[in-house]
Amino acid sequence: MSTTTSNLSQGAAATKDKSSIIGRGNKEGNQLFRDWYQELTTAPQRGEHSAYVFVMGSMAEVLQSFGIHTIFPEVNGLQTAVRHVADDYIAQGEDYGFSTDVCGYVKADVGLQLRGGDHPMGKIPKPSLAVYTNACNTYVKWAEIWERMYNMPSVTIDVPGSRAAGRHTWSGHVDFENDLKYVRGQINELITVCEQVTGKKFDIDRLRETMHYSNVMLERYERLLELNKAIPAPYNAVTDGTVYLGVANGFRGRAEGAQYFTDLVEEMEYKVANKIGTTFEEKYRLVFVGVPCYPIFRRFNEMFTEWGGAFVGSSYMWFASGGANTGFQYDLDNPMDSLAEGLLVTTRDAMDTMFFSNRQIVDNIEPYKIDGVVYHPIKSCRTVSTGLADNRRAVIDESGAATLFIESDHMDKRVVSEAQMKNRIDAFFEGLATRKVRESR
Amino acid sequence: MTLPRLLDSYESKSIDDAIIMCRDLVEDVDYPTVKKWRDNGGKVVGHFQVYFPEEIVHAAGLLPFKVRGSNIEARQGESHFGSYLCSILKTSLEIALGGQVTLDMFVSHPICDSARNLAAVFGRNFDYPCEILYLPQNPNSKFAADYLRGEYARLAREVEKIAGREITTEQLNNSIEVFNKNRALMRELYAIKRDTPWLLAVDEAYVLVAVGGMIPREEHNALLEWAIPKIRKRDIAPQDRMRLVFSGGFCEQPPLDLLHVIAQFSYVVDDDLLVGLRYIVDDIVAGDDPFAALAEAYINKSSYSPVQHDLDKPKEHMLLKQIKAANAGAAIISAAKMCEPGLDEQVAYTKALDDEGIRYFVTEFEERMSNFDSLEIQLETFIENLLFA
Repeated sequence: MSTTTSNLSQGAAATKDKSSIIGRGNKEGNQLFRDWYQELTTAPQRGEHSAYVFVMGSMAEVLQSFGIHTIFPEVNGLQTAVRHVADDYIAQGEDYGFSTDVCGYVKADVGLQLRGGDHPMGKIPKPSLAVYTNACNTYVKWAEIWERMYNMPSVTIDVPGSRAAGRHTWSGHVDFENDLKYVRGQINELITVCEQVTGKKFDIDRLRETMHYSNVMLERYERLLELNKAIPAPYNAVTDGTVYLGVANGFRGRAEGAQYFTDLVEEMEYKVANKIGTTFEEKYRLVFVGVPCYPIFRRFNEMFTEWGGAFVGSSYMWFASGGANTGFQYDLDNPMDSLAEGLLVTTRDAMDTMFFSNRQIVDNIEPYKIDGVVYHPIKSCRTVSTGLADNRRAVIDESGAATLFIESDHMDKRVVSEAQMKNRIDAFFEGLATRKVRESR
Repeated sequence: MTLPRLLDSYESKSIDDAIIMCRDLVEDVDYPTVKKWRDNGGKVVGHFQVYFPEEIVHAAGLLPFKVRGSNIEARQGESHFGSYLCSILKTSLEIALGGQVTLDMFVSHPICDSARNLAAVFGRNFDYPCEILYLPQNPNSKFAADYLRGEYARLAREVEKIAGREITTEQLNNSIEVFNKNRALMRELYAIKRDTPWLLAVDEAYVLVAVGGMIPREEHNALLEWAIPKIRKRDIAPQDRMRLVFSGGFCEQPPLDLLHVIAQFSYVVDDDLLVGLRYIVDDIVAGDDPFAALAEAYINKSSYSPVQHDLDKPKEHMLLKQIKAANAGAAIISAAKMCEPGLDEQVAYTKALDDEGIRYFVTEFEERMSNFDSLEIQLETFIENLLFA
């Protein structure tokens, strides 16, 4: 796909006033987030139900169709980190008994639950149910903690992933159909639980509506990723990307989410058409692989932008969107089968981008004009981080790309060494500069 | 088909010497039995912890080899991983990279975030098939057993490619019978440890079980059939020792010396060491659809571990049940360093034990740890407290 204006917003971008478009995505995204937390805070007063879910396979379409709020403990966790209060929550989780080597998100959430849901963004309701896939094994262990804390239904949606790199099966293949039947069956079981929790009858037309909003969002999300092929890139895939991801998860299956991404694509198409980049002069185009360093989120990014390093791509925007990057489109004429297929295909893709992403990274180097690959494995997340050192070796072997490998954490600042990180980053850019000089000769 | 004998002759040895032979084999980082199998033209399927349906590989005439890490320095393996990971990943890769074992296929499972990645890491470094077997994490779904039946059939097709022949129903049923016998013998071994623990120390039982992961099960059955009567006849007097359950050995294995230290102070009357080899707790009924029988057993006739989610088997309840069934007075709640599922479970276990008033000792281990002085003192103090408090 090229980076020309899409049919969705063709014409609109040309007529918009620059001042009303640029920066709109971040501003509206942040506002949506504040509103969302407010909505969650007041949900119990209105007698509304909430489900604890995760970003990879949130089942938002089903839950939204029952009017059940989706609460993302991962998002709650990162919000404590960027607001520099994660330590208090983590410490409470460790006091409860969890090891320093357990995921920071989990411990911060345990702290949050022990505080009765008190969070910097609002008050997180207790769950009426928990829904989680196996895309990350820690999801399952995490849900077991809630099972012990709350007397509520706990629903696993087990989604088999790719068995090996590049080995995908599709509709009609015996193995795909076996996986699909399993996923479809579990969705039916989830629906039964939702009916029991809410006392509402399942409404397939309401499901179609939520799936329609997801269709719009997923189509725009895929387009958004494509747009960053432009030079200069219109957004930062790590910092801006985190805002977009928040909306993509929190507002999936909702009209507000669909509208947000429609507007966001319009903004980015405008920026691309007018060659408007981010807030600094782009000298090096980078892809980020891993999970952001939230305890020093702004500073982490600055250490790259100071050298003119722009994150034009991020594996985080692939897997943490639950596979929205695939742009999967549900068949609204056959919603149940299509929902199962979509969940299987997109969650599988999210897992692929964690376990088998080396091919994808290499394939993105040319179209996105990547100068370097930044690996940021974190202590907390073995799902994302375990294979990254080996992934890096494969990427270097296949492409000769310049790479940087820095380890820290997305929650626990005890594992974040800013000075060491800066030394490594500076050396990386010096190397990139030398490469550029050599290549220009 | 006549299987090559992989173990040295033990029939004329004393039981103590036979156990030493097993210990040497389990600790040998060059895996001589696997080499011997290959030297005889055999092929090997390496399967990572915890549970794997070995019957399928066995039925194809291949050797299922349990990849359980190794007491080896991960000179090459280390550079393929980051810092905050368990040791078993690195040493499991090391034995393959270093040529200590040569595989024809490698299978890992979604038991944890790291293990699932291991198949991808192997796949980037070896030409032979490396894949993930997606054992169900939702055994409570009524669709799980049917799904697993299909997943086993898929695995069998991959295994058949390695073997170069089809697996017949008859062959698979035969393998199920071999493994039924094997599991029954291991249950017998564990019954000795539970009922007369002075006759069989935890480290001794461990090596007798572990050797099964590196030889054909027929040969393991013969070894256990020979050993069990001899263990029963051992002339060892019981001592007034604390009866303990050891928890935390489901994936990365504690060093044998650590188990030996524990055995000096206590009777370990049950444990989860290499639980994958003993995961199916009852005979599997072979029949017209052996894949379905294997799948049904995994769902409904299985043990528990921190890496399988099952609403019908809350793990802390299962541990309490295990402690009660073994008539144990206390527990060692251990976890491998950086093992997230194990560390998570320590919290649930200790809270449940607190609620029940059962004393416990919490510790971490690493497969390559070599200094046990501090642990020995702590453990001795713990046990003295229990005995004399």
